[in-house]
Amino acid sequence: MAAPTMDRPTADATGAPAVQTLTIAKALNNGLRASMEADPKVIVMGEDVGKLGGVFRITDGLQKDFGEQRVLDTPLAESGIIGTAVGLAIRGYRPVCEIQFDGFIFPGFDQIVSQVAKLHFRTQGRLKVPMVIRVPFGGGIGAVEHHSESPESYFAHTAGLKVVACSNPADAYWMIQQAIDCDDPVLFFEPKRRYYEKGEVDTTAAPGPLFASRTLRTGSDVTLVTYGPMVRTSLEAAAAAEEEGRSLEVVDLRSLSPLDLAPVYESVRRTGRLVVVTEAPSESSISSEIAAKVQQECFYSLQAPVLRVTGFDTPYPPSKLEEEFLPDLDRVLHAVDRSLAW
Amino acid sequence: MSSPEKWTHPGPDAAPATAAKPTAEQVIAGLRATDEGGADLVQLLTPEGERVQHPDFDIDITAEELRGLYRDMVLVRRVDREANALQRKGELGIWVPLLGQEAAQIGAGRAMRPEDMAFPSYREHGIAWTRGVKPTDLLGIFRGTDNGTWDPVATRFHPYTIVIGNQVLNATGYAMGQKFDGKVGDADGEATICFFGDGATSQGDVHEGFVWAAVYDAPLVFFCQNNQWAISEPTERQSRLPLYQRARGYGFPGIRVDGNDVLATLAVTRWALEECRQGNGPILIEAFTYRMDAHTTSDDPSRYRLSDELELWKLKDPIERVKVHLVKQQWADQAYFESVEAEAERIAIELRDYCVNLPDPPAGRIFSEVYAEGNHVLEAQRDEFLAYHAGFAGGEH
Repeated sequence: MAAPTMDRPTADATGAPAVQTLTIAKALNNGLRASMEADPKVIVMGEDVGKLGGVFRITDGLQKDFGEQRVLDTPLAESGIIGTAVGLAIRGYRPVCEIQFDGFIFPGFDQIVSQVAKLHFRTQGRLKVPMVIRVPFGGGIGAVEHHSESPESYFAHTAGLKVVACSNPADAYWMIQQAIDCDDPVLFFEPKRRYYEKGEVDTTAAPGPLFASRTLRTGSDVTLVTYGPMVRTSLEAAAAAEEEGRSLEVVDLRSLSPLDLAPVYESVRRTGRLVVVTEAPSESSISSEIAAKVQQECFYSLQAPVLRVTGFDTPYPPSKLEEEFLPDLDRVLHAVDRSLAW
Repeated sequence: MSSPEKWTHPGPDAAPATAAKPTAEQVIAGLRATDEGGADLVQLLTPEGERVQHPDFDIDITAEELRGLYRDMVLVRRVDREANALQRKGELGIWVPLLGQEAAQIGAGRAMRPEDMAFPSYREHGIAWTRGVKPTDLLGIFRGTDNGTWDPVATRFHPYTIVIGNQVLNATGYAMGQKFDGKVGDADGEATICFFGDGATSQGDVHEGFVWAAVYDAPLVFFCQNNQWAISEPTERQSRLPLYQRARGYGFPGIRVDGNDVLATLAVTRWALEECRQGNGPILIEAFTYRMDAHTTSDDPSRYRLSDELELWKLKDPIERVKVHLVKQQWADQAYFESVEAEAERIAIELRDYCVNLPDPPAGRIFSEVYAEGNHVLEAQRDEFLAYHAGFAGGEH
């Protein structure tokens, strides 16, 4: 994803090639490893993250190399994972918690909202809670209930938390390290159905800021704003639209709280049209927030109402129906058509 | 709060028992959570001020030390009563009375070393005192000018936690960190003590804290002040079993101490912290005590408990028994008691003056320190609000 530069090194400090083709899963693993090597206070904790390497293998090999005191196979209790991580963070550690699946975060919700998010404010900065909560999120893997949810809006709605979502291997590699470096608590959403998709990762290219959106494709007719697993869907829609002579711009939000909408405003002022694409349901959501802010900032530029393509406001359906539930290329293009026809 | 006989008959439908073999129902009744514990209750100073021996826990206490514990308890009670009065005068939005729990808190607090860490709930004004938190620093939360004024790093006294039981997991993590830092295993070690009440023992976070601390051998003393009431609910609504006995199921010792006995509380907590420093944690202490006042100033205990109960507990007052013992031992005279009263009065006046002069924070405080590294969306919202605010005559008000 990073732009090539003329004098790019060909290997990183460990002798590995500077540019590697990695899956998102492996990029996260490498990113975690880099953070753990750089700072002995970084610890990984969660269910099955040690010997097993996590159910998605994101922490594969870390316990073997860093020991049981830095990669903790914890008891099976999400409030316990988050609540003890708070204490460890106060003690000077930088815990990286894994929540095994999106739908399992709710036992830890109280600790996240009541302690993780508020301790810095409560103590007026005397206590920092530099922890990362990793959450594989979204559907599309044919799973049973509670394994396919998109709960990011709950956390973006909570003051004191920062929320990001990666969409590709290069971002996965860098964003996880930046989230660990951040002195604020970060909810880190990983698009689980994209875990094994590959991309180039330049481990020597300096990353841009963490809490910034990025325009992945420029276009002039309609702006698509999205994040996480829907980034690929949106890019595919843009490629398909191009064959029909339509030019779509695609912005990957990356940061869901705080939202970095300046590139979106700039884009909408050019295209006059915006379609927001998320897997999460639409009501009172990230997509609602974007629609509200864009109408406020780009009122005179809009040629059509802001449209949204999202999951429905239902519980996540049984997996035989998830292809109907999840926004896909056709639904995105349908919204693009409606926007252009307005 | 009388101490029911063990093996009392639970009701007319229970099966008959022989003297040798009680029925299951009778066993359960005999283990009632509100039973004072009989021989299991660690007590070193009776309500009548008599020193008694205990086979496992004893304490050598000098006259000066006991006077110090007495002074602590009198002063924190005075702070508590003054703050309660300040609420009645409208100077505090709410107050959470400590009355009756002075021995539990002073005993536990004075068992700590400076390098130990404490995680309180929100009634721990006595623990705060022992950590060097100024009584005036307790006011901000209850006046609504702050969410916690003291420095939790310098005092090693975590902010008050209001969501019941949350702090137990935070304390567990902190204690795990002490262990990971190599601070456990010798006499110079560190330990953590976590305070919560009988009501909190029903919270999942407390149970998870028990599991985690046990699994990681955390140097953590779980200090449960069983004051018999979770607002209006008696301990029977939280547990069938005496709370200290829960520890066994998690694999660590549980001890019930007379929470109105400052010597017993000090002895047991000192022992427990030392065990934790040596690597033998965690340990649960149930301090059996009584909330002599309301849950908070917003509560009305007359709706749910009889005043007889309070009268019985007044006979077990934590301060009175120490005073009696000091007099009996001739370790303190009238002049000493008067000097402590005078000191208490000075602190009360200082508290009152500080409280009524505590200014409202500026409006911009709403946005202060929400994040460690800032947030441009919030900063824009703040700037818009402050510009709006400045539009009124007098600017920020």
